[in-house]
Parts: sequence; C-alpha cells; structure tokens
Amino acid sequence: MLEIKGLKVDLEEEDKSILKGVDLTVEPGKVHAIMGPNGSGKSTLSYVLSGKDGYTVTGGTATLDGVDLLDMEPEERAAAGLFLAFQYPVEIPGVGNMTFLRTAVNAQRKARGQDELSAGDFLKVVREKAKALQIDADMLKRPVNVGFSGGEKKRNEILQMAMLEPKMCILDETDSGLDVDAMKLVADGVNALRGEGRGFLVITHYQRLLDHIKPDVVHIMSDGRIIKSGGPELALEVEHNGYTDIVAEEA
Amino acid sequence: MALPKVKADATEARLAGLTLPDTVPDARQAALARVSAMGLPHNRDEYWRFTNPRRLVQADAPHAKVPAVQDAPLWDDVDRVKIVFVDGVFDADRSDDPEAAGLEIMQLSDALSTDISWAKDLYGTLETRGQKPVDRPFAALNTAMATEGLAIRATAKAAKPVNLIYDRESEDADPLLHTLIKVDAGAEMTLLETGAGGARFSSVIEIDVGEGGTFHHVRDQGRDHERTVVTHCFAQVASDATFKSFTLSVNGALARNECIIDIRGDDATAHVAGACVGDGKDFHHDDTIFVTHDAVNCESRQVFKKVLRNGATGVFQGKILVKDGAQKTDGYQISQSLMLDDDSQFLAKPELEIYADDVACSHGSTSGAIDETALFYLQSRGVPRKQATDLLTLAFLAESLQEIEDDTLAEALRDRLAGWLERHATV
Repeated sequence: MLEIKGLKVDLEEEDKSILKGVDLTVEPGKVHAIMGPNGSGKSTLSYVLSGKDGYTVTGGTATLDGVDLLDMEPEERAAAGLFLAFQYPVEIPGVGNMTFLRTAVNAQRKARGQDELSAGDFLKVVREKAKALQIDADMLKRPVNVGFSGGEKKRNEILQMAMLEPKMCILDETDSGLDVDAMKLVADGVNALRGEGRGFLVITHYQRLLDHIKPDVVHIMSDGRIIKSGGPELALEVEHNGYTDIVAEEA
Repeated sequence: MALPKVKADATEARLAGLTLPDTVPDARQAALARVSAMGLPHNRDEYWRFTNPRRLVQADAPHAKVPAVQDAPLWDDVDRVKIVFVDGVFDADRSDDPEAAGLEIMQLSDALSTDISWAKDLYGTLETRGQKPVDRPFAALNTAMATEGLAIRATAKAAKPVNLIYDRESEDADPLLHTLIKVDAGAEMTLLETGAGGARFSSVIEIDVGEGGTFHHVRDQGRDHERTVVTHCFAQVASDATFKSFTLSVNGALARNECIIDIRGDDATAHVAGACVGDGKDFHHDDTIFVTHDAVNCESRQVFKKVLRNGATGVFQGKILVKDGAQKTDGYQISQSLMLDDDSQFLAKPELEIYADDVACSHGSTSGAIDETALFYLQSRGVPRKQATDLLTLAFLAESLQEIEDDTLAEALRDRLAGWLERHATV
C-alpha cells in the first residue's frame, strides 16, 4: 500500500538533511509503528508524506497503491486516500467543526467523482461516529479545535479519520498530551477502523500507545533512517532499555 | 479664515453646476456657508491623508460603467418594504406601498415642503453638530443640495424592515440623497440599504434614536467596480436606546463611509461594523468612525474587517471620544485586515481620547496574511487550496457579520460573500 524507498529530505530554510534514506513498506490491513528518539525525523516523514511546505525531497520515492505521492498537492494526496492525524491539531476560528467536516468529506467525494453527501445523510453519519468517540453536539458546533482540550483535539482528529475513511492513516504522536482514559478512547476509535485493508503508520515515542493499538511491525528510526525493524517485542525492548542501546548496536 | 486658493477654486468648481433647492432655505444656506468656509478637502488634509478625495471633489462624477453582471436581489426571502431609487431618483412604480412598513414614510421633498416639524428640525442638525471637531465638507455639501431621500418616523415597533434599493443605470449619475430618521421613545425599526446608488453617490442619513428606541441598519453597497461613493451616518442615541449599523462593500473605485455617533443618554448601546472585500489596484475603501460618549454606563463597539488582494487599499480611521463625566463607558474597537498578497495595503488610525477616569476602553488593529498552518490543515483533509482560502476568508469576516442582530439578514450576506469568493478566478 504505502511504499517508501530511499527517501531523502532536506529542510528548505536551513539546508539541513533530515531524512537520509528511509525505506518502509506498509501492507494493506497492517499496522506499522515508528518509534525513535527526538529529532530522528519521525514527524518530518509524516509531513513530507502529507505534502507540507518547507521540505525539499532530494532523493527517493513514496507511493500509495503505486501512485506517486510526492508530486501531488496535499488535497490530492488526501483524495488518494492518505490521512495524517496531526500531533498538534490546528485551531481555525470562525469555521464550525461541522462545516469543516462536511466541506472535507464532500471535497474528497468530488475529487473522486462521487456525488456529494446531502446535509441530512451527512448529519446522520457524523452523529453516529461522534457518539462512539464521545464527541457531543456542542463540540461539533464549535469552531474547529478552538477551546478544545488536548484530548478533545485528538478525538476530533480520529473523528475526521472516521468520516474520511482513508486507505492509509498516519498518526503523528497521537498519544502526546493524553491521559490514560483519553488514550484508550482514541485507541478504540483507531481500532474500530482497522481491517478493510486499511494501512496504519503510528508514530510514537512511547510503548504505551502500542498496548492499545497493537502493531504488526515496529520500526526504530534514528538520525533520518530506519535502523531496526521487528515485531511488537521491539517496542517492549525500547520501553525497558531506551533507544541508546539499539542506536549504538546498529551504528 | 481664507481658504487656500486651490481649495477655494475646487470648491467653487464643484458647486458651479448645482443650485440650492427651495425647501428649508435657512438650513441649506447655512450648510452652503459651511462648505464654503471649510472648502472641499485635498489629500494633504489630516483626515484625508489615507484617502485621496480627488474623485469626490472633481466637478463631474467620474465615469463609471454599470457592472455587466448584476447580483440577484438581496434578502428576497425577507418580508420587507422596498423603496427604489434609480440613479438617485425615486421610482414609485418599482417601489412597494410604504404604508405596509408600519412607519411614517415620506419623500424628503414632501417632508421639507409641508409643515412636518420634526423633519425640518432634524434636517442638517446632526450633520452640523458632527462637523466638530473634524470637518466633513461632503456632508455639508449634501445637506445644502440634496433633494431626494426619505423622512422616516417610527412611532412604535415597525411591522417590516424598510429596504432602500439604489439601482444604477447611468454611467454618469451624480446623485445626493439625504434621509431623516426619527425613532420615537420605545419604537423600533430596521433600515436596509442595497446597491451602489450612482456613478458617484453621496448619502447622508441623520438618525435620531429616542429613549429606549432601537435602530438597526444593514447595508450592502454592492459589488460595483467603478463607482465612487461617500456616505455619512449621523446618529444621536438617547438613554437606553440601541443603534446598530453594519456595512458590506465589495470592490469599487472609492468608498468613504463615515459614521458619527453621539451617545447622549445613559445606558445606551451603539455598534458599528463592516466587512469589505477589495480586489485590484483600483479598489479603495475607507471606514471613518467617530463615536462620542457623553453619558454614563454606555457601550460602544466598532468591528471592521477587510480582505484585500491584488493591490487593493483599505483604510480605517476610528475614534472613541469619552467626554468628562461619561463614567462606566465600555468602548471597544477592532480593525483587521487579511492581505491575500504582498501588493495590498491597509492603513489604520485607531484613536482613543478619554476624559473620564472610570472607563474600560480597548482598541486593536492587525494586518496579516492567510494562516498557512490552517490552510495546510484544510488541504490535508482534501479541501483544495482555493476553497480552503475562501473558507478561511469567510471565517475572518465572520466576526464582523456576527454584529448583525438578525440572523436571516446576516446569513444572506454570508451566502452572497461565499458566492462572490467562489466565482472569483483563482489568484
């Protein structure tokens, strides 16, 4: 599904190399986790895949179902089925959450040549999915993420994911700023979307999110490269021994 | 004090084609004397530093093509009484029966030539008072020369809003309209204005809101690229009364909208707000506001938002004057611009002048580009960049539209703005 080969990326403004040749393949229906110390390039990878400005790709490829992602506008990548759950969801004053969701859903449907959802149909679906994530009517009415708590923002990300039904989901440190209960709620939301051939790339510092979202494969990223891959036991190893040993071992 | 020759000449040239109408001769003579004494402005005058008044001063109206595509009538689903002026001349055939509004409505010329004392008393009175401390010569010119307009009196709660519709058919029409409004104690009315009015349009509205009265004003100056317009609203607000005014403008060679509010009774409220969208080097929009607090425990708000692109210019000059003794004043003023490119400019002059010691007044002014982080967030959810920009632009304007009391009226303006943005070619 998601295939990244030899991806090299520089920061545009600082002329600094962040990703130094990343190879990664996420198969349909699988959950891959990327762990790694601060500054290893995990978030950069998620931004580059989703098309954020400020990065220059200097080598390699990234494709989704064989289609080149790196050539597309962010909205085209979204319509192709890529979704990024932000580490820091953005506040948009003046735009209602519901308007935002409907605009996004219908923009993607339009891009794929599907009919737009009627207001009634949309409302039905959104209410049902919001309920599962304990998102109340008030949160749907308020401006996007404005005045939301950390947990509410992350739940709102998962609601967007549930509404947009992407093929490939990237979760960038979705556990940051969450208490245990909130993490469980978010994880349940993610788990409900597993299957149906959907791929996941879960970026995290800590093993605890992976207790709730069980990964098939765990990768360790350091200094812009994936230095080790393995099963879920690799995450436990990190939890016990930290990154230093693995990094030293692979260096 | 003698005027500089260049001003005196320009003023004389502007007045040359006009004759003083017969009605209310004293008020008109006095207004003419004010114009001659002040002279019409040039852009070295402090009050016209950001807006060159040349198009307003020149003897004949600057030629202005009528837009090829006219917008559909606004507020068609609102039950209202329409009074139509075509190039500044009342058109009875296209107008509704004014009786239906539950107000006393007369043509200005009738009100001033019959013995209607309130109209004669009000004519030019608030304008004269509004000339201090800043000269407003175009308003005095209007008082001297205007013949068209209405005299409206609300004696109770009006049944329907009155919609003055200013159609434009001529490329050279240069009308002056003067409207008088008296809201009696406890009475309530809504005035709607739509349309550009003329190739060069001058409007003065004098509004007297009595004790506990309510006056709502919502204005859409249209999307008209070449027109020139100068408007003045002079309001006096009595105790417990409410005055609220909102203006939407899209494009136009020059618009100068002045609103002069005099809060004279305790516990009164006065809000004035505006949204404008300007596109192109030929766009110049100026909101000039002067709110005077001369009573205790009153609240005033000024909320102005401008979206500018392709070299457009937006101006805001807003002042809150709190007089000695106007304690417990709550004054608020915000002016913000959203610049969609590097070529546009926003010039703001926010002012507070406070002589009372127990007040809460604040003002702010910002200029900024579109929020790239929000833009990327929307795009990452599949919203195309152009659509995302429009959504953020509307969100920026939303705060000013929230100042409109009636949601139905506001919603129609929101839809209209969305339509304009959607049709606009991608920049």
